[in-house]
Amino acid sequence: MKLSRRRFLAFTGTTAAGSAALGGGLLLNPARAAEGNRQPGKVHLDYPTTTVSKAGDLKVGQPVAFTYPDDSSPCTLVKTGRETQGGIGPDGDIVAYSNLCTHMGCPVSYSAEERTFKCPCHFSVFDSELNGQMVSGQATENLPRILLSYRDSDDSIEAVGVEGLIYGRQANILPGA
Amino acid sequence: MFEHKKDRIALPPANARKTQSCCHFCIVGCGYHVYKWPAGQEGGLAPDQNALGLDFRQQLPPMEVTMTQAMTNVIQDDDGSYQRIMIVPDKDCKVNSGLSSTRGGQMASIMYSPQTPVGSQRVKYPRVFAGDEWRDTSWDQAITLYSHLTKLILDDAGSGQLMFNLFDHGGAGGGFENTWGTGKLIFTGLGSRMVRIHNRPAYNSECHATRDMGIGELNNSYEDARMADCIFSIGANAYETQTNYFLNHWLPGLQGQTADRKREVYEDGETIQQTKIILVDPRRSLTVALLEQAIDKDNILFLDIEPGTDTALFNGLLTYVVEQGWQDEDFINEYTTGFEDALKANRMSLDEASRITGISKDKLVQAAEWAYKPKASGHPPRTMHGYEKGIIWGNDNYRIQSALVDLVLATHNVGRRGTGVVRMGGHQEGYCRPPYPGGRPAPYVDQEIIGGNGQMLTVWACNAFQTTLNAEQYRNEVLRRSGIVKQALRKVRGAGPEKMAEVIHKAVKEDGGLFVTVINLYPTKFAEAAHLILPAAHTGEMNLTSMNGERRLRLSEKFMAPPGTAKPDCLIAADMANALRRLYEAEGNAEMAKRFEGFDWKTEEDAYNDGFRRAGQSGAPDIESQGGSTGHLATYERLRAAGNNGVQLPVKEYRNGQLIGTEMLYTDGKFDTDDGKAHFQAAPWNGMPDVVEEQRKKYRFWINNGRTNQIWQTAYHDQYVEFRRGRYPMAPLEINPEDARDLGIESGDLVELFNDYGATTAMAYLEPDIKQGHVFMEAMYFNSVMGDLVTPWTDRNIIPYYKGTWADVRRVGRIEDYADNVSFKRRRYV
Repeated sequence: MKLSRRRFLAFTGTTAAGSAALGGGLLLNPARAAEGNRQPGKVHLDYPTTTVSKAGDLKVGQPVAFTYPDDSSPCTLVKTGRETQGGIGPDGDIVAYSNLCTHMGCPVSYSAEERTFKCPCHFSVFDSELNGQMVSGQATENLPRILLSYRDSDDSIEAVGVEGLIYGRQANILPGA
Repeated sequence: MFEHKKDRIALPPANARKTQSCCHFCIVGCGYHVYKWPAGQEGGLAPDQNALGLDFRQQLPPMEVTMTQAMTNVIQDDDGSYQRIMIVPDKDCKVNSGLSSTRGGQMASIMYSPQTPVGSQRVKYPRVFAGDEWRDTSWDQAITLYSHLTKLILDDAGSGQLMFNLFDHGGAGGGFENTWGTGKLIFTGLGSRMVRIHNRPAYNSECHATRDMGIGELNNSYEDARMADCIFSIGANAYETQTNYFLNHWLPGLQGQTADRKREVYEDGETIQQTKIILVDPRRSLTVALLEQAIDKDNILFLDIEPGTDTALFNGLLTYVVEQGWQDEDFINEYTTGFEDALKANRMSLDEASRITGISKDKLVQAAEWAYKPKASGHPPRTMHGYEKGIIWGNDNYRIQSALVDLVLATHNVGRRGTGVVRMGGHQEGYCRPPYPGGRPAPYVDQEIIGGNGQMLTVWACNAFQTTLNAEQYRNEVLRRSGIVKQALRKVRGAGPEKMAEVIHKAVKEDGGLFVTVINLYPTKFAEAAHLILPAAHTGEMNLTSMNGERRLRLSEKFMAPPGTAKPDCLIAADMANALRRLYEAEGNAEMAKRFEGFDWKTEEDAYNDGFRRAGQSGAPDIESQGGSTGHLATYERLRAAGNNGVQLPVKEYRNGQLIGTEMLYTDGKFDTDDGKAHFQAAPWNGMPDVVEEQRKKYRFWINNGRTNQIWQTAYHDQYVEFRRGRYPMAPLEINPEDARDLGIESGDLVELFNDYGATTAMAYLEPDIKQGHVFMEAMYFNSVMGDLVTPWTDRNIIPYYKGTWADVRRVGRIEDYADNVSFKRRRYV
């Protein structure tokens, strides 16, 4: 897809993933505080940092399954093959999303040809290259995006947060997690 | 407050207040539950700690819940306290069984909150245009102005100068309470016949033909789709426009999951087979595309008909069916009249039908065999015919509908379970009014206004600036005439409403002005022409009854107050009527005062009891109600107890604490005609109307148009909701990539469409499934009005041919923000 430069910067300048893609450094690291999310004065949930893959191990169009922020939340990491908003890695084309459709939680599958996520239950389609925007379907929220960071030094990709509420949860972090 | 992180949600506590509500939007009317509780509280994660009864201590499995931030909101009650609401689908509702569509799923977020973008747009107080600006005012001042001006015009020029653009339906901006309140004011009180309905330029039905033939257009139950051998879908796109009817009732049969239900209702020995579907649509719609993947390919037949040739299709099929001897002679002889005459008039060979419709003869034969050839057991197939805008807004509404119902009657596909010839529908329904005081055809009100007729126009819960035909000329004339009144009002200083009414009366009587009142939730596009805006309430802010596409009546309960001083339409109508009654009483005109009696309503329930529940009762005036003469049985209290399953009209009886309704009409072979028989009607194929044919010859693209999944009607809420407007900042225009390349157009480009009647703009969306020479445009959009391109041609009953539009397309340019933030991936689940 084509991106005007202004829009591209506007997006990448405000997220950990984008910053990492541009500078290679990890500017925002929401490390877990010992007090958890009960700490007064905190707005954000404490997301874990989880190593997901090496960028070099990914092949274009071949999705990799992982879980985040805990074992009961399936996610998909994919190298779309095209530089995209918030994409990370050497080519700025690695993104990740929750696998659970925001409508009713059916598992979505990745279409390498269209670079979309499709839900077989009620036919919702989400754009992997545009923050999970619902292309069509019955959901009322976009597909939750897993925020990633990339480390040049060892080529590793880490999951560091979630944009959007994962299906079937009151909050993205389960109690006791 | 704005919070961009959306990774948590407040659960309703176990003791949260729970009420019932139907979805405001499409005709399907899915059932929902509304939870409401103080904003400072939230339910716990354990199942006994939250009102949903679910265990949020762990990940819920798929299909367990539908709950997103769009289903929540924080509202402010009358006492100033903040309350949370959550609106989630009802698993026990037979309509949707817990499913929510993308439209219904957002109901909580469009409810009034002073702190949301959509909430901040609501009209909270009456506004009057004075000097050169809008001023908030009191109801007393607003109604005084309205009633004085109305009386001046009525007394001087008569009711023919009082024009109305008026809703006539259920759901949002409707309901039995409000159709009655407005109808009683306008028909009984004012006696005006100069009324147009929300999406068409006269007071008429979109189903005159089927009704004339004795068949009301909503004659089966959603469950009949599960029992059908064949679903014949004509000019309908059910996945996007009747979503949960399609998902919850069409798909199961098409996927072979309903054999047990068929076994219960079929005759002994009758063949039970998996439901097949025939879809007639010039466009490979989402419904077609999804079905090709979701069901066995051998069970779907897509007839990509040439636009506007449906009459030829039905006449060809009718002729072929009779040649094969597949008609039901016993039914025709005993329960119908006019078969032979209609057959003769409609006769058309399959070769001819194939030539006109562009559908191969093989496909026509296959369609006829699926829908009408006796099954292996010798029983005639049970074929349900569902139609919508392809016919409703097609080439001669009355003629196409007659041709279709002729075919249905010949094959007895009405009044048997698993059949029906039904309108798929747009809004829910909710009609209850005194008889319309005009004849048929009713006056073409848009043309009357364009021609300079009418002194006062009241636009009630609709917006013809976005929804009418020949819209550009209509808008220009209304704005020009409205400007004459605004000019006169600029010179009024220090005047009360009575004096203002006199100044306005001079401007409309002597100078060609038009005084415009808009009654709505929002300051709509039509409000650009208004001089008075009155704030209305909608579902959730009032108790409201409607019926869905299977005549299922439900009460949506009030759970919050309307914003500011907004009030239900029926009570606004009562205010107007009561003010007029007092004016006539004051001058001793008892006869006129009497016409405005009977509006002493305190609540919307009073209006419901006055109209819907009095229809057909002794001593009551003539009332045309979809509840018929048994509506009186359906009290608010009983409907509350009936929950989201309500009762299917007409109500048969109230027994053992339950309202008993009617699942299917005409099972006894008695139809709604004077002689009780269904009447065939001649409907010979007649080609295109001349004015439409002229545009077709002159311009390159057929401008197909309709709704997309994510947008409801004029986008009156959606245009302020980021999830919707972000998706479509302008009306999307699906265009074939080859045509686009030829014109130098890419996805995301702004394009202009133009023909002899007007011009509008849209956002290009390349889609290979669109045929070359066709485009498909979102209709009625707030910043892209497709109606600007539509000719003023109508059928004999003043029903427009919105689909009969041809125009040229040119690239205008590109707004990068649109192009970068809108996905142009294919919508067809590829």
